[in-house]
Parts: sequence; C-alpha cells; structure tokens
Amino acid sequence: MKTTRTTPTMPSTPEPIQHVMKLPPPHVAGVSRDPSAAEGIRDPIVRSQNLHLYYGATEALKDITLDFPRHDVTALIGPSGCGKSTFLRCLNRMNDLIDGVRTTGVIELDGRDITDKSLDVIELRRRVGMVFQKPTPFPKTIYENVAYGLRIAGVRRKAVLDEIVEKSLRRAALWDEVKDRLHDSALGLSGGQHQRVCIARAIAVDPEIILMDEPCSALDPRSTTRIEDLIGQLRGQYTIIIVTHNMQQAARVSDWTAFLYEGALIEFGPTDRLFTKPQKKETEDYITGRFG
Amino acid sequence: MRPRKATQRFWRQGEPFVWASGAALALTLSMTAVLLGVVLRNGLGVFWPSPVAEVELADGTRLLGEELQTQINPDTGVESVKFKVGNMEDGPAFRWVEKRVIRKKFYPPGAFVLERLTNMNYYGTFQDLQTPGWESTTEGTPAERLDAALAAVRDQYNQVVQPLADQQAAVAEELKSRLKYQILRAEYDRKHRLAEGAAPDADAVVRLEKHLAELRADEQRLKQKSDRLTAELSEKEANLRRNVAIFRDAQGREKPIALLDIVRYTRPNQMGFGSKAAHYGAKIWELLTADPRESNQDGGLYPAIFGTVLMVFLMAATCFPLGVVAGVYLGEYAKEGPLVRLVRIAVNNLAGIPSIVYGVFGLGFFIYLIGGQFDAWFFPERVEAGEPVFGQGCILWASLTLGLLTIPVVIVSTEEALRAIPRGVREGSYALGATKLQTLWRVLVPMASPGMMTGFILAMARAAGEVAPLMLTGAVKNAPVPLDSTFPFLHPDRQFMHLGYHILDISCKSPNVEATKPMVYVTTLLLLLIVLSLSSVAIYLRSRMRKRYYMRAI
Repeated sequence: MKTTRTTPTMPSTPEPIQHVMKLPPPHVAGVSRDPSAAEGIRDPIVRSQNLHLYYGATEALKDITLDFPRHDVTALIGPSGCGKSTFLRCLNRMNDLIDGVRTTGVIELDGRDITDKSLDVIELRRRVGMVFQKPTPFPKTIYENVAYGLRIAGVRRKAVLDEIVEKSLRRAALWDEVKDRLHDSALGLSGGQHQRVCIARAIAVDPEIILMDEPCSALDPRSTTRIEDLIGQLRGQYTIIIVTHNMQQAARVSDWTAFLYEGALIEFGPTDRLFTKPQKKETEDYITGRFG
Repeated sequence: MRPRKATQRFWRQGEPFVWASGAALALTLSMTAVLLGVVLRNGLGVFWPSPVAEVELADGTRLLGEELQTQINPDTGVESVKFKVGNMEDGPAFRWVEKRVIRKKFYPPGAFVLERLTNMNYYGTFQDLQTPGWESTTEGTPAERLDAALAAVRDQYNQVVQPLADQQAAVAEELKSRLKYQILRAEYDRKHRLAEGAAPDADAVVRLEKHLAELRADEQRLKQKSDRLTAELSEKEANLRRNVAIFRDAQGREKPIALLDIVRYTRPNQMGFGSKAAHYGAKIWELLTADPRESNQDGGLYPAIFGTVLMVFLMAATCFPLGVVAGVYLGEYAKEGPLVRLVRIAVNNLAGIPSIVYGVFGLGFFIYLIGGQFDAWFFPERVEAGEPVFGQGCILWASLTLGLLTIPVVIVSTEEALRAIPRGVREGSYALGATKLQTLWRVLVPMASPGMMTGFILAMARAAGEVAPLMLTGAVKNAPVPLDSTFPFLHPDRQFMHLGYHILDISCKSPNVEATKPMVYVTTLLLLLIVLSLSSVAIYLRSRMRKRYYMRAI
C-alpha cells in the first residue's frame, strides 16, 4: 500500500502486521503527546467518562472512559457490532434520533456535559460535524450542498457564502474539479466526489470536531486514497474521530487508536504503539487477524 | 436434479405464470383499447359532415337525410337502414326504413343541411328568400344568396337587437342580483326591528322605512324599464324574424325558416375535403367556446369545460396542501403506535367508500351544516326568502367534497415518498445542525415531491371523472359560467356544469336519446382529453422534479 501523504512515512514495522505503516508523530506545534501512556493526554477536547448505552434492554456500550486529544486524528477500530459507530454517534447526539436509546455517564466537550437533556443539540452538532459511511449529498446544487449548514444557521450574505463555499471545497480538495459547475446538481458527481462534498459541507460550518463513520467503505481505492490524504491535511485544524473497519487505514491516518470489543473499550493508545506493541491479548488477536 | 417429465419441467420453469400474467395484461389493455376506440371513433366523427341521401320508397314517399346505420332483424332477416331526417316539427327526426322498400337512392347535390337554434337540423333544398327587411338580390347561386341574407340578418341583429338585449340583461342583472337582495335585507331588518319592540316612530325604523321605500321605487322604475326593453326587444326580434328563407323538403313541402334561426348551413354533397375540414374546425371551436342550446343536445360545452377544470383546480388547491401536511405529520411527526396505525388503516380505507356517500356527506356537512350556518350569520334574509347562498349546492362545496374523496391518495403517497428517503439524508441534515423543520422543508419535501405528485395525479384523474358526489353538491344541467363582471368575478357560490354530469344528463335524462348520442360521445371524448391533458401537465412537472431530485447510489 502506498499513500500519497505529504508527510514522510516511516518504514513498516515487521511486528505484528507486516504491511501496516507507522505514522509520524503529530506535526502540530504546541500539541505533543506522550507515546508511552494513553492516560497522559494533556489537552483533551472530549472526555467520555463511564459511558453506558442501552438499546432497550441491551447494553451496547459498557463503561467507556476515553479522552480524545485536541487537533489529532483518533481512530476507533473493532469488529462489526462492537459499538464503535454507536459510540461515535453519542458525540453529536445522533442517537437521539433512534427510539429506545438511553445513556448513562458523562461526555464532556470542553468541560460541558453533552449528554445533558437541556443541551442545545443544534449548537452541539454545529461544533461536532459528521461524515457518514454512505455519502448523502442533498438533491441540490454543489454550491447549495456546501452552503446548506450556513443557510440553516441564518447566513444570507452572498459574499460570505461564496467565500466559505470556495474555502470549504478547496479544503475538501474538490474545488478544482467542480469550480466550473458549482450550480449543477451534486447528484451528478461520482461516489468519491459525493463524499468530498459531504466533507466540504461538514467543514463549511467550521466545526471543532469532525466525526467520520467509515467514510471510505463505500468508495473505490482511488477515492479512498484521496479521502485519506484529505484527513491528513485536515489534521491540526480539526479534531477528527474516525471509525474504520480497515486497520491499514487506521494505521495510515490516525495518531491515536481505540480498540473496542463487544461494547467495551479494550485498549487506547498512540496508533504506532497500539499496532506494534498491543498491550491486551484481544487487541493483538484482532490486529493480527485472528478474529474479527 | 432434473425433473423427469416434460410437463414437470413446464411447471417448474414458471411458464404458466408468465402466460397468465401476460394474458391478464393483454386482456386489460385490449379492454382499454376497445373503450378508447369506441369513444374516438364515435366522438371524432360527429362533426364531420356526412353525405345527405335522398331515397324514394315503394309507397312513393321520399326521405332526405343522413344514413346512419344498417341493422338486420334477427327474427325476420329484414335489413333496415336508419336515417337522420331532421325536420322535427314535421315528424320524428330519425326513421328506420326497410332496405327492400327503397326503390331509389341518390345524393342530390343541392341538398342543404341547416343547423337551427331550435328543432335541430333541417334537411331540404333552397327555394327562395323573403326579406321584407331589405332588398335581397335574386341573382347568384342559392348558397351565395343565402350567405348574403344571413350576413344581412346578422348585421341587423348586431345593430338593432344586440344592444337592446345587452341593455335588458344589464337591467335584469341589476334587478335580480343587487336590488332584490337589498330589498330582502331591508325588509328583514325592518321585521326584526319591529319584532324587538321598537316604537314605530323610532329613528332607526323610520330610516329603514325610508330606505325600503327608496329601494322599492328603484325596483319599480327598473322593472318598468325592463318591461319596456323586453317588449321592444321581442318586437324587433319578431320583425327580424320575418326575413325568411324558403326551403323545400323531400316530400315537396315548402317551409319558411327564419334567417335568424339558422346557425349555419352545409351542403355536404358538394363539399370537398377542405370545406369539410373548415366546418369541422368551426364545430370544434363552437364546442369549446359556446354555451349549450336545445336543452344540451347541441351547441357548445364551454360552461361544462370551465366548470370541470375550475372544480379540479379548487379541489387540488384544497386537497393537495392538506393531504401533504397530513402525510408529513403521519410520516415524520406522529409517534408510531396503535393510534397512528389505526389512523393509517382508516385513511387507506377512506379510498374504498362509495363516492355517493361522500356526496351525501358533502350535502350534510358542507351544505347544510357549514353553508347553512354561514348563511344564518351573513345572509339570514336570503334564507328566509328561500334563496340560500352557501346553503345550497355550489362549486365550492363540490370541490371540497371531491377534495375529501381524494385526500387519502395524497396522504398515502406523501407518507410513502417520505418513507422512501434514505435515513442517511436526514442524518446528514441533522448532523449539520438543522432542525427537524429545516430538514423537512429544505431536503425531505423536495425529495418526496415526485412521489407527492404521483398521488396528486391519481387524485386529479379520479376527481375529474367523478360524478356521483357532484349530483348532490352542486352540478346542474344548465348553468352559466361562474365568472362574470360583478364582484368577486369568480363565484364559488354558484351552481355549475360538469362534463361528467353532462354525460349523465344527456344520455339518461334527455327526451330524445337518439339525438343526443353524438353529443354523449363528444362529451366523453372531451372529458378524457381534459383528464389526459391535466395529468400530462402534472406528469411533466413530476419528471422535471425527478430529474432534479434523482438520487443515484444512495
């Protein structure tokens, strides 16, 4: 596997998976992490404490305590049905849309508990954007798709909209491909472009955190590479939390990795360490492909 | 394992099912095609001039008319021909003649077919003109002379009679719609003031009395004017009517026909394709723009077309927004539970209620309850005089009744269309901080709009063809277009004509079923065309929406 990331990649380590590439240390000034201890995150943006989640009587998430470092990319990995998407959806309260979901515990975003019923979820979702597994462009023009979040927030001035749409599309590495047909329907684009429209749409409202729920699983390898490059470019400006099935992807794009299994957090740590020296047996089994 | 026998293989491969479904499709299609074929064949040919035959029978009588059909009596084996001989004042307009008694049949080139204002067609040959009103030339062909005379009489009519008729109509309108109701109102007020025990000399009563007296004087004056105008009008018309053309029928009887009565004439035996086509065009134009005459057997259908289209639009304007909002509530807001399921079942079953029941409901609910209450508040004097405004059938209540009838279709299709939108699209919107309402308005409703349009098309087609509820809620045999120059110009409180009801009326309630048959086909064809064009517009809109909101790979 070869990535086109601009940052230098390190040679792959032989243990435990041969083809996983190690990531460089975070390159954002002022943010450093201690690779030896997962607990030592200095400036967490989101802190999940003793989070339990129930679908009716089923406990889908079990006592998850996890801090997400600011401006880094954190990957959530684990086998299907382990609760990683569910956990992700707790972070912008998307689970509110599903009947019969109940949580206990606390998730703090910059010290504010976002599980609080009185919290303004609209405000929360503006701060915590999300990109889904299947790209879901709205049946509008490319321009209107990207401007959607701004328009619903009440931005009317054309100059402002124009500027933000262009900036967002540039950041989503889509500007050059669509600049001449901004006012064509977004539905006419390809699958990979759809997903980048969705990313541009999420960026446009200037969130602090971007949640990505398997953003590449419906895409071909080329589009996947472009999205991964994009994640690399967004690092440092945004906190990105990405759920992925693909361990190579997790290793390629993330600074930190959390391994979930059957609703519980098994292990969390810097990506290179978790993939090279997993401390738990389950993690090792999973990343070496013994199950999952 | 392969089935051993050929028959087993036959059944296994599902061959019979393919055949059965194919046959079912073919059957339904052919039934539709036959229906359309019958309507088209009979409807399109009505206005095409057919040749006029003159036949001489064994007993010496002669007939002049259009040969319509041939029939063999299954018992006797006798072949008979049906002729349309017109000339209703002299006998039946249609004659069956046994083929064996026909001695001679030919097509006289000079035969005229006159379309008249009364008594339907006249078949005969032109003899002479008698025009005391002006000098008419004796030169030229019969057609030239008749043309000149018809033009002259029309000129005179337009100059002399028409202004009087207009004046008279204006006075009558003033009397009927303004003064009459003002007097009713004043009388009502006076009666109630007195009943309340006011002293007779109380200021208000005195003022009312004075007002009423003024109105009555006004009425008297207008009535006199109207009578004078009417008398003058009938005199002028009678004068004009003295200008006649004399025709002779096949039997040799001469008959003066007032030029004023002749709408148009044809000489089918002399007409080429071009003039036949021109006649056809003129008849179609008349059909689309003129009022009916001869108790709906002839003339145009403009009021019925207008009524049908207006009713469909009013229906759409009420049922579509309501149905969409109800569908959105059911699909997006209502919490799933026994009550919602019950509502959904009820909505689905509403579509199965016989439409006449809707008619009865419309009569009871809209007309008697709502209309009656409205009248009791705003027009008590007219209720007392037995002339309710909204408490009687009218186009508004008919449209609302039909709206009620078609609303389930809109609700169900809206709900289905919303349900078909992938969850990802909603979540995509919510994840950007959109509220439920914003998501609904900006994303879901546009995406569901083609589906809503489907419901709308079905609703419209059903409403345009429905007759039973209309009979009880305001469709009548004969009514002017509910559009005129008095405020509020479009009158939803008027009774109206409807093409479907027109079909019922002329096919089942006409004294002369034979004569109205062509009109039935024409009306049916017209109704089909209107439904077709209304739904074509809707389908076109839907395809544009589909193109716009087409979702690929989602």
